[in-house]
Formats: sequence, C-alpha cells, structure tokens
Amino acid sequence: MEKNNRKGWLYLLPAAVFLGFFLVYPLIDVFIYSFEEGYNFASQTYFGVGTYNYSYVLHDPYFLQALKNTFILVIITVPVSTGIALLISVGLSSIQKLRDLYQTVYFLPYVTNTLAVGLVFMILFKQTPYTDGLANFVLSWFGAGPVDFIGGPYWAKMFVLCFYTVWVVMPFKILILTGALASVDQTYYNAAKVDGTSKLRIFTKITLPMISPTLFYLIITGFIGAFKAYSDAVALFGTDLNSAEMNTIVGYIYDMLYGNSGGYPSYASAAAILLFTIVLTITCINLLVSRKHVHY
Amino acid sequence: MKVTLQNLTKKYPSRNKKQPQDVIAVNDFTFEIPDGQLIGLLGPSGCGKSTTLNLLSGLQKPTSGRIFFGDDDVTDLPAENRGVGLVFQNYALYPHLTVKQNITFPLENRKGKDKLTKAQMAQMALDAAKLVQIETLMDRKPSELSGGQQQRVAIARALVKMPRILLLDEPLSNLDARLRLQTREEIRRIQRSTGITTIFVTHDQEEAMSISDLIVVMKDGVVQQIGKPQEVYDSPVNLFVAKFLGTPPINVFDGQVKDGKLFIGSEAVLEVPGVTGQPVTAAVRPEGFTLSESGALTCRLSGVEVMGRDISVISTHPDSQNAAIRSIISAENQVDPASAMVRFDLKPNKVFLFRKDTEARIRF
Repeated sequence: MEKNNRKGWLYLLPAAVFLGFFLVYPLIDVFIYSFEEGYNFASQTYFGVGTYNYSYVLHDPYFLQALKNTFILVIITVPVSTGIALLISVGLSSIQKLRDLYQTVYFLPYVTNTLAVGLVFMILFKQTPYTDGLANFVLSWFGAGPVDFIGGPYWAKMFVLCFYTVWVVMPFKILILTGALASVDQTYYNAAKVDGTSKLRIFTKITLPMISPTLFYLIITGFIGAFKAYSDAVALFGTDLNSAEMNTIVGYIYDMLYGNSGGYPSYASAAAILLFTIVLTITCINLLVSRKHVHY
Repeated sequence: MKVTLQNLTKKYPSRNKKQPQDVIAVNDFTFEIPDGQLIGLLGPSGCGKSTTLNLLSGLQKPTSGRIFFGDDDVTDLPAENRGVGLVFQNYALYPHLTVKQNITFPLENRKGKDKLTKAQMAQMALDAAKLVQIETLMDRKPSELSGGQQQRVAIARALVKMPRILLLDEPLSNLDARLRLQTREEIRRIQRSTGITTIFVTHDQEEAMSISDLIVVMKDGVVQQIGKPQEVYDSPVNLFVAKFLGTPPINVFDGQVKDGKLFIGSEAVLEVPGVTGQPVTAAVRPEGFTLSESGALTCRLSGVEVMGRDISVISTHPDSQNAAIRSIISAENQVDPASAMVRFDLKPNKVFLFRKDTEARIRF
C-alpha cells in the first residue's frame, strides 16, 4: 500500500511541478507583491509593507468603473446567454429536419476569427461618415434616432459589449446543452407521456433536473469567464478602455502593468488578488447553491 | 377491461435500399383479451411483442387495424388519454425524485375537475405503495433501492392512477434468478388483488407459463398460438411453438410415417393411426419417454444426471436434430451409466408430428 502510494505521487510529479511553477508560485508571488508598496521590477525594491496598494486601488475611480462594468457584464450576460442557449438547444433537440444545418449555423461563431467577428459588429453598430450602421438602420424603422453605439452614451456601449459577449459564448453552451439533452434517456419521456404529463411539466420536472449538472457547470464557468472579460472590450472599443468607460477588472490590471499609466505591479497585484477573491466567493456560492438544487 | 385487437399491423419502412420491402413488426394481430386476466406475450427477441405493447400503450401508432378498450376505440387516442399503466424494462424511475414523488407524479398531472388535493394524492400513493409492500421506502431515492424494490416502485407508479389496463415490458429481466421467482408471484398477487387486465411481455417461456392466464406465442410478427399455458404446452400448433415452450426443450427427430406407424430410423416407435405416409418431424417432450428393456426407440447412452426426484437420461440418436436427447424419468428407474445403449417407449400424448414443409401439426 505504502509503495503504491509513492508510485502515485511519482506519476503526479510532472503535472505537479508544472502547476507549482507556473500557477501556485505566481499566485503566492502576486499575493506578496500586493502588500509591497511601490515595488519596482527593475531594481527589485520597495518602500514598505502594508495595505496601501489595496486602499489605492479601491479608491481609484478607474478601478471602481471597471468593477461596475464587470459586474453589469456578469449579471446580464451569464443568465441571458445560458437562458437563450437552453431555449435554442431545446428547439434543436425537438426538430428533425435540417437539425444539422441549424446546429452548424449556431456553432459558427465559435470557430469564426475574432477579427471577422469585430468586422461584423462594426457593420452592425459603428457610425461612419457614410452610414450609421445596420442597428441604427433598423432603429430608424421605429422612428428612433441614431445612437452612437461605439462612442456614444454608456448604456449603448454596455449594450454592445453585452450583446457581443452573449453572442460569443453562446455556441459553446448550445453545444454542451444539446449533448446533455440528447443523453436524457427517452424512456423517461415515454413514461411521462403515458402518465399524461404536459409538455411544460415534462420540461420543468424531468428535463431540467436531468440536465441540471450541466446547467450549473455552464453557469459557474460562465461566471468565471465573464469576470475575466477583457479582449471583447478591446475588440469593440480599442485599447484605451479607461477613457471609453468600458474597462474591465482584467483590463485595469493589464493597464496597471503595461498600459500608458503602466509600471505599477503592486497596484496590479492588489487588483488581481481582489478579482481572485471575488471569483472565488462567487464560485463557492454557486457550488453551495448547486449542491442544494442539483440532484445526483 | 376487455381489450380487443382487430387486424393490428405495424410496418416500419425499410432503410435498406437493396431490400425495399417494409419490415413488418406486427402482422394482422386479432385477439380479444378477456377482462381481468393476466396475459403473457411470449416470443424470441424481434418477434414483435414489444411493438405490440407499445401499440397498446399508444407510444406507437399502428399502420392499420383497431384497438378497443372495452367498447372504446382508442386507436387514435394519444398515450396520455388511454389510461394505461406502463412498467418499463429499465423501470424509468425519475432519479431526482423520491419514491413518494415518483408514485405521485402521475396524479399531479391531473387537471381541472380531476385535480386532487395533496392529502388525496398522499393517500393514493400510500395505498399503491402498500399494495406492492414498499411503504417503508417512501423517502428514498431510486438509486438507494435494490433492483426488486425499484421494480415495485415502478409497478406502484403504474397502478396509482387506476389504469384501465396494466402493461409490463420484460418485468423480470433485470432481476436475479431468486428475485425473479419471488417477483413473478408478486405480480400475480397484485394482478389478482386489483383485477386489472394485465399484459406482460417476456422472452422467458417459464416466466410466461408460470403466472399467465393466457399466453400468446409470437414469431416474426405473427401470432402462432393463443391459449392457456398448459393447453399450449400439451398441444402446440406447430414446430416453433413446440420448440419454444418447455425446459428442458423438446427432442426433435427426423421421422417417417408408413402404414400408420411412425418410424425413427428403421424402428417403428409409435402407432399413429390415420396419418398418411410421408416424411415428418417428430417431437417428443422430455417426460414422454419411458425406460423399457424391449423399448421401441434405441439410443446411445451418453450420461445420466440424478436430480433427486427425477433422473435425466442423456443420449444420442443419428436422426435426432438436437445434439443430445434429454429424457426425464422417475428416479425409481435404474439406469446403468456404463451401458452403451438405452431403450425407450414413447407416450403417445407427448409425441407431436409436424409436416416437413409447413411445420404445421399433424394430429393423430
């Protein structure tokens, strides 16, 4: 038994070394940086140890803006994308004809180049001297005035960011959910049918509980992914996210390290630790809730 | 509830382009199931028995023919409006619900004036649970139950809504041998006490024979014979039915009828008055042999198995279609395992003759 145990650890060693080196060590290091005030990469020096970095970050209006943006993004996109993905998956599973075609169509965004996606959104939303964009064209049918979605009011920009995020994360969720729906044993549906169960009740009482593990997996990974959002905002609004009021927490960390206002690894570390804490808390809450509602 | 099937037929379109003719799962099934009986649908796999059950439940639509429950034509009614209870082969208990929730599930589906109060539902669930003796397990999840207990829950769920007929799909196939014996008695008891017309599907002839009031033997979608188990066993209409029923299986010989006598090989083994001379297939039940020094049928002895009450004599014969002839005789007889030959007389009522071409029974 003892010998087997040692063998097990030996097999784990390569992965453990890599994880320790590239994941655990940096995490501890960032944690230490976040308490070292005025740390300088080049000279490897700092002025003192304390919580000033956190205090600075938490009072930085740019960070608060990023925090607000990230939270709005998370709260809107995770439920909306999961809900729509569920609807589309149920629809896909109940049709026979052209199912493969629709599945391909819904999966395309997943394999489409980010630049191409950016271009599509440009055509949809960007105002140029020649056109107001497709979205404004549609709005004009309802008599609504042109809105500058990329450089205009906050809500318009947030709408575009949420829309983009939902659209980008949807294909993966649809793929996973159609798989989960297909794996529900048909005899449960037959049993329910013989017992005269309505379609709605079959969905809420059988289908949803059966796919609940998958659903919670998607919600948890969705939360984590949305908290880490950054590249989407850059693709839409360019690199100067602070002036566009569209920065996210990860964007703030990046800017603190490398941006125009960069060169502040201590502040970046403090912000990173704050993000880590938020994500950890939310994930723990998610797991606790799921334990109550996910069966088996 | 009396159940009537009229010319019931189910065809599936062929998916093989080289053989474009349809696959006929159930072919022209006409039968009237008397009220309150336990019917066993019996046949080898692929014979259409499960399709028949699905047609009765309404999960599948027949290609042609009608189904009546009592005097109601239910052919075009969807499954939910037929009032059938169906127990699935894998039980299909909802894994996320407790036993109690599983049993009340069909009751909660009722709408409008049929709607029940919580107390009524709890009472009905408890009654159904008591009937199958699982009332102490109500708060467990299906995963915490044994196979036999799950089976009972499935039966309770099918019975709780007071179905017009109860359908069981291979009810015992997922149970171990001992539990199978016990559960089939249980099914019999439950059916007797509720009086609900019950139809169950099985490929196990022993199972069907032991508890059914009537058995229906099917092959390739065609009903071969319907009757009381003992009648079907004692008087099979064709070779298939004779072979399908009985353990150990029936012994089949190539024979010849000449001058009112059945010949196996060169030996005249039985008087068969009134049968015209022709080559025949002769089938003899294992209990149809009697040992006799001057017996008509001579076989090469290959072994003797003592089973206490009976002994089983295993022998071979060049004209036997089975690799070994198995005959069961009373243990009062003595067979010397060392002897090379064994001679039997045949009991006329345990010997069946079948035509070589159609395999239909030739009566004598």
